[in-house]
Amino acid sequence: VRVGPGGEAAAQLSAERKERFRVLATAQLPRLYGLARRLVGDDAEDAVQDCLLKAYRGYGRLGDEAAAPAWLTSILVNCCRDRGRARARHPAEVDLDRVDEFSLYRKIADEDPFPYSDSLHLDFLHQFGADDVHAVLASLPGRYRIPLVLTYMDGWATKEVARMMNLPLGTVLAQLHRGRKLFESRLWDYAETHGLLKEPIR
Amino acid sequence: VITCAEAVRQLWEYLDGVTDQAQSAAIEEHLSLCRRCCGEAEFAAELRTFLAAHADHDIPPDVHARLLGALGHIADQP
Repeated sequence: VRVGPGGEAAAQLSAERKERFRVLATAQLPRLYGLARRLVGDDAEDAVQDCLLKAYRGYGRLGDEAAAPAWLTSILVNCCRDRGRARARHPAEVDLDRVDEFSLYRKIADEDPFPYSDSLHLDFLHQFGADDVHAVLASLPGRYRIPLVLTYMDGWATKEVARMMNLPLGTVLAQLHRGRKLFESRLWDYAETHGLLKEPIR
Repeated sequence: VITCAEAVRQLWEYLDGVTDQAQSAAIEEHLSLCRRCCGEAEFAAELRTFLAAHADHDIPPDVHARLLGALGHIADQP
């Protein structure tokens, strides 16, 4: 068994450490799988397996076990990015000028899809089931989907997301801004094309 | 007072707590005067709640069993 440079190798994991790895990874499995579903959809199970293998090999380098959730998430995010890159040979075109100007709040108010509603904006959001939300997320390019999911669905602070993605904070904030706008715009498009607006838009 | 466009552009960052003190004060001042941007702010908060509400951690039993098996196999390695 080879010993990697710069850290303890898996070969040196004691039986006790192996058991601790197994326990912490087992506890994190549902969370990791849920996140992987949001990031890579049907590839989630494979991505989590990749993550477990890489985490086991690098476990000797994890100092503080309290950092294990962020550490495992970071490994998973990179496994998901690798899978995304391998798949997206022809990423979908995004009209960023249109997206930057888009306000879902204004769009809903202007189009008024539910004229008898006194909670128009909430009614719009309530049309979406879990599968619809995941379909809209899946339509976003990975560079926007990943920070959006990590920040607003999985609740990580933006500084932590920047560390996980190995990007400057400013880049992540810019991707989040675009990602939110794009998500809002795709929610509206999805509602229109999937009959979630009870009345046709005139 | 900052414009609506400036306020809306920074709204989510404000809700995320990543705007500095001066930016936060400018946004709060704008929101105290502008009803439309209050609507935007309220909707941004609703959208955040909406996203968080769709972050389920359900794992189908068969997938869970396979991943536990894979984990056992991985952690049995030397």
